[in-house]
Amino acid sequence: MSAAIVPVIAIWLGAWWANTRLSAWAVSGWARLLPPLLFGVTLLVIWEMTVRVLNVSPILLPAPSAIGARIVSSTAVLREDVVQTFFRGALTGYVLGCGAAFLTGILVDRVPFLRRGLLPVGNFVSALPIIGMAPIMVMWFGFDWHSKAAIVVLMVFFPMLVNTVQGLAATDVMQRDLMRTYAADYRQTLVKLRLPAAAPFLFNGLKICTTLALIGAIVAEFFGSPTKGMGFRISTEVGRLALDMVWAEIAVAALVGSAFYGAVALTERVLTFWHPAQRI
Amino acid sequence: MVADHAPGSGARIVGGRVFPVLVVVLSILVIWYAGAVLLNRAWVLDQAQRAGVELSVGEVVAQSWSQERPRLPAPHQVVEDFWNSTFGTRVTSKRSLVRHAWITLSATLAGFGLGAVLGIMLAVGIVHDRTMNASVMPWVIASQTIPILAIAPMIIVVLNSVGVSGLLPKAFISMYLSFFPVVVGMVKGFRSPDRMLLDQMHTWNAGRRQTFWKLRWPASMPYLFASLKVAVAASLVGAIIGELPTGAVAGLGARMLSGSYYGQTVQIWSALLMAAILAAVLVALIGLAERVTLAAMGGRA
Repeated sequence: MSAAIVPVIAIWLGAWWANTRLSAWAVSGWARLLPPLLFGVTLLVIWEMTVRVLNVSPILLPAPSAIGARIVSSTAVLREDVVQTFFRGALTGYVLGCGAAFLTGILVDRVPFLRRGLLPVGNFVSALPIIGMAPIMVMWFGFDWHSKAAIVVLMVFFPMLVNTVQGLAATDVMQRDLMRTYAADYRQTLVKLRLPAAAPFLFNGLKICTTLALIGAIVAEFFGSPTKGMGFRISTEVGRLALDMVWAEIAVAALVGSAFYGAVALTERVLTFWHPAQRI
Repeated sequence: MVADHAPGSGARIVGGRVFPVLVVVLSILVIWYAGAVLLNRAWVLDQAQRAGVELSVGEVVAQSWSQERPRLPAPHQVVEDFWNSTFGTRVTSKRSLVRHAWITLSATLAGFGLGAVLGIMLAVGIVHDRTMNASVMPWVIASQTIPILAIAPMIIVVLNSVGVSGLLPKAFISMYLSFFPVVVGMVKGFRSPDRMLLDQMHTWNAGRRQTFWKLRWPASMPYLFASLKVAVAASLVGAIIGELPTGAVAGLGARMLSGSYYGQTVQIWSALLMAAILAAVLVALIGLAERVTLAAMGGRA
């Protein structure tokens, strides 16, 4: 067994050396993607080899190839789960929660009293384990995706609110004075100056909330769900020790989560092209 | 989230902040009580109709605030249950909230400690080693797209089957959640000294080690505490979720799960209250450590 592990270590060291050379050479453009790619591929290869060489039971850790085969063979189930958990639960809650937080943020910004009162409360609530409300939401809104959307609303609301209010405070006095000299009213100042200036903060909040939304929707399914959904599948397949299916579900979740994050990040690039952080 | 330590901020808080916060908290309580009436009323009216009794408005309100298994328990019911299960029961009892809180807290702290150390070490590597910066950093970010909370059941079951059970699997989940904010914050912190300062160290012929301990490490302190606050909150969530798949044996997560199985809503809410208190205390403790450290460093006292 100890001799069999030697090639694994050899590949690890070889890849590390290659990566050292590569990262010294690849400093710009698309080439910058190469070192992390090589790192990821190395990880997968070592995983596959370790599982095969050491005969690790598939109940403990299935090989990447087995997981890939499972993804291909159960595409229909995976698609149904993604629709149920991501598009119905997470996305609905994300849109409702972030939308409500954005509108509340504008209101809070308008009323200084609310800003001084609600913001500390919001900061406090952001640190709380809100996901613990999931069983209550399931009790109130039933087993289907409505309860998942509800917990997502609760989870994304305060991070988004705090970011909105911070963003609206991002303009300085000079800029607002300039708007006043133009005789701009509150609405015009908001739309033409303060919202654009708040955009980086808004997108920061939106990006943080993408991960929260997916996690909230999946975890809420542990407390009860119809017989579909990613969280449901993960918890039942773990019970049946079908870990290749669990890993397939995880891979899909990571993919969907990254795509969601990427979509928001791309929107940010397109909409805030003028911001210094985007001018690379 | 860096606290404002400007001199005179105490007076400003008393004058300008406490009152609005109190008003907001009070109105939340009022909404909560009203919501309890709205959500629990149906059951009360239903019971009354079956018994053939007419209830006055006052009676409906009173009864909807004192049900055994309400849809939404009134705040005083939660506080009462919290008080009873915290101070009214022996710590060794299975109903004691202190016992459950301690189980969750120990996993939280173990995971938080491991996560913080791992995060700092990774950040040191990323800042000092070009290869690690290029190849590991993207994966640190990618690692967070895996909803670890969602795979908590698998981690628990797998670790259980290789003989690791109890505190460690939960601590592992906490660690996974808490290392990330620390890595990101500390990389930023270690890189916060500007060119000028680094050049200054260079003219003094300081080695990498000396530059690290005398410049980068002290400079990263504000970042460290900011990210530790985020990390400890994440760590608590991880520990709570990690308790769900173990069959609801012990811990705050288990209290919530068993509460949802048996319709014991008040129990869920008092577990939530305990979790909120734990989170608040942990974040406040780190805030205190931050203030002491920064003051000792002669910084923004």
